[in-house]
Amino acid sequence: MSRPELAVAVAGLSFTYPGRPTPVLGGLDLEVAVGERVAVLGANGSGKTTFALHLNGLLELQSGRIEIHGRPLAPDTLRGIRCEVGLVFQDPDDQLFMGTVREDVAFGPANLGVARDELEAVARHGLARVGAESLIDRAPHHLSEGEKRRVAIASVLAMQPRLLVLDEPTSGLDPAGTRELAELLPTLQDTQIIVTHDLPFALAACDRAVILAEGHVVADGPIEKIIGATELLARHRLELPFGYPPPA
Amino acid sequence: MSAGHDVVDPRSLHLAGDSGVHRLDATAKLVGLVGFVVLVALTPREAVWVFAADAAAVGLVVLFAGLPPKVVLARLGAIVPFVAFAFFLPVIGTGRRVDVVGVSLSADGLWACWGIIARAMLGAAAAVTVTATTSLADLLRALRRLHVPAVVVSIISVMLRYLGLVTDHLGRMRRAMTARGHDPRWIWQVRPVASSIGTLFVRTYERGERVHLAMVARGFDGTLPTVDPPVSATRVASAWAAIPVLVAASSLAVWTMVT
Amino acid sequence: MIVAMHAPDGFLEPGVAVGCALISVSILALCLRRAAEELDDRQVPLAGLAAAFIFAAQMFNFPVASGTTGHLLGGALAAVLLGPFVATLVVAVVVGIQALLFADGGLTALGYNVVNMAIVPAFGGWALFSVFRRILPRDAGGVVGAAGLAAGLSVVLASIAFSLEWLFGATAPVPFDTVFAAMVGVHALIGIGEATLSALVVAAVLASRPDLVRGALDLPPAVFADRPKVSTRAFVIGAVLVAGVFATVVSQFAFDAPDGLERVATDQGLLANARDHAFSSALFADYATRGIGNEPLSLAIAGLAGSTLALVVGYGIVHASRGRHRVPPTDA
Repeated sequence: MSRPELAVAVAGLSFTYPGRPTPVLGGLDLEVAVGERVAVLGANGSGKTTFALHLNGLLELQSGRIEIHGRPLAPDTLRGIRCEVGLVFQDPDDQLFMGTVREDVAFGPANLGVARDELEAVARHGLARVGAESLIDRAPHHLSEGEKRRVAIASVLAMQPRLLVLDEPTSGLDPAGTRELAELLPTLQDTQIIVTHDLPFALAACDRAVILAEGHVVADGPIEKIIGATELLARHRLELPFGYPPPA
Repeated sequence: MSAGHDVVDPRSLHLAGDSGVHRLDATAKLVGLVGFVVLVALTPREAVWVFAADAAAVGLVVLFAGLPPKVVLARLGAIVPFVAFAFFLPVIGTGRRVDVVGVSLSADGLWACWGIIARAMLGAAAAVTVTATTSLADLLRALRRLHVPAVVVSIISVMLRYLGLVTDHLGRMRRAMTARGHDPRWIWQVRPVASSIGTLFVRTYERGERVHLAMVARGFDGTLPTVDPPVSATRVASAWAAIPVLVAASSLAVWTMVT
Repeated sequence: MIVAMHAPDGFLEPGVAVGCALISVSILALCLRRAAEELDDRQVPLAGLAAAFIFAAQMFNFPVASGTTGHLLGGALAAVLLGPFVATLVVAVVVGIQALLFADGGLTALGYNVVNMAIVPAFGGWALFSVFRRILPRDAGGVVGAAGLAAGLSVVLASIAFSLEWLFGATAPVPFDTVFAAMVGVHALIGIGEATLSALVVAAVLASRPDLVRGALDLPPAVFADRPKVSTRAFVIGAVLVAGVFATVVSQFAFDAPDGLERVATDQGLLANARDHAFSSALFADYATRGIGNEPLSLAIAGLAGSTLALVVGYGIVHASRGRHRVPPTDA
């Protein structure tokens, strides 16, 4: 299980939120190799976001095992793993909590101990990777949805993670913004796990797809194959947009 | 004041400019502000021309900073109820009465009215001047340097960041209610309004929890780190910030010696 | 006549400003420590968002009667939702920022503004809430009722605090007893709006996330299955009656100066040479004491009001300090 070319190795992951009767995750197994771009599909409530939060060690590991690049997730490895796994949240406003873009992008590196006089350069570099360097002095709430999304990604990239996890990255974006994001993500060479509803976007941005249902993986395969399996998708409340032809 | 039209954007308080006042160090400005306001509060109200000197000092700063006087005056709105209260004092005040244009007014009341209005206006105008010429980020950094606890400054920073979103949210809920014909006039019709405030609290708190997760995901350790922007080459000597304080202090000293 | 809140610079004498500033700073230091214990590293985001909420909620004008609108003070509501330590911290931050950035309240007046708008309503409100919780049934309705009553009375407490500050630091020739009677009377009415709104807001929060109401954490979750049945009209009528009785009693006290009370006091030897007794002018502001018709009685009122205020707020602090437990993180 600890093959170093595996970016993520999850086995038997189960989780129940305190106070809720039923488990959200029930024995999830998944392996992701370095460099893969995996779409995590599933209906609402299937556990996708819960799974994403686990990868950054934000939820207490109740049962099962998670290894990131061969290192098991445990209280003493948390800090290191949070550097390696960059989690981009669903709502960029939750993630851009400082007064200026500069401060938001520099937040992660500053916490990691980057020297104060180097923070400017680190922030600029992170923003440049997403083509948002001109926004460095702006205030987050004056940005458009697409700009916020880019800055959120930059704020995570600035920590130089080896694995990017994105939770519904296209929610709130207009079609042009979605396309721009689909074009941007492959240029970031990190391993990527993308939780999404947006099947056309997944087709463009990922090479592999898994379907989550009731807290575990029910399908796993190349993206065209999964999205082409219309009945399988329908069983899990996933649909291509009306009139959109399924991949051959 | 309908909440729908009043999305609070604290960033808009800063009227960007390139004057010497703008380029003054924020810490110096804050210290100067506090010093000035304290002196104004300590100035006896009989020292009329000391107040005049103080007002001149504030006026000169406003001029030098290129702030539109109308905007400055508009931002003094919060003192209006106290000005109104002050105008009642000569009427309801006790003590020796004097005759002013045929009306019997309390002498002390007249002095009290003057004192309250003068101090309220000077204090507010000074604060407005500093806020308009200083960016929020600089103000927060200045608070840190003045030993306000880091946690408190961090809390203020988060509050200012989300104030616009929260007030906007409230405004949208209010508009949605009005659109469905709910236009309450009496206190017992206030239930849907209160309900929406309750919902706002829950959503805001839940956002707070998500922001916490986002912070932890990027290595948060309890206080927000300070990030210095590139220093603008044209800094103005901090000593200039002492001018209003010196004006206030010296005129007060002279007045005290003369009387 | 809401001059008791957001007072500008120099509204009260410097001595009172400094005294209240010292009180505020020490209590805020306590609140900071307790908030850190309760919330750990969640302090910054939660208190920050809560402060944004309080700011927005205070801006909100709710209808009172046919076009007249009122504003929420929010200190007691914040205490019921967040606990008094976090609430005081949050409201104090709001008051401070309103003064610095929006020129709403003077910077030199922060001492007494924080006392009147944050400390007294939050701790006083929490104390009253705890007391009412014990009297009312142990269910959602009881929490709502207690919150409403506590919020309404917290406004009155704030006005009492202001009146006492006026006694020590008046800057205008209006005697203490006039200020006291007017303030308390007016704020008893304002309290009706605060009570109604606070109760309904707590009810709404209980209906969706009861775990976010600090004042209800002692109740098992099953209790909140049914939405509390609070009839708004009945509540308002009840609140009006309570406020009316309250205001009448206070006016009786301040204006009518019943001789009977004085005679009893003299008989008991409590007030020797009642008519010749003068206030210690070193302590009380000249203006506050000048023009008072009945000095010993006013002193008695001040003493009674001051003691009550100190008792209630003190009880709030002590009671809140006793539960030294971490607030468990709720699920995201």
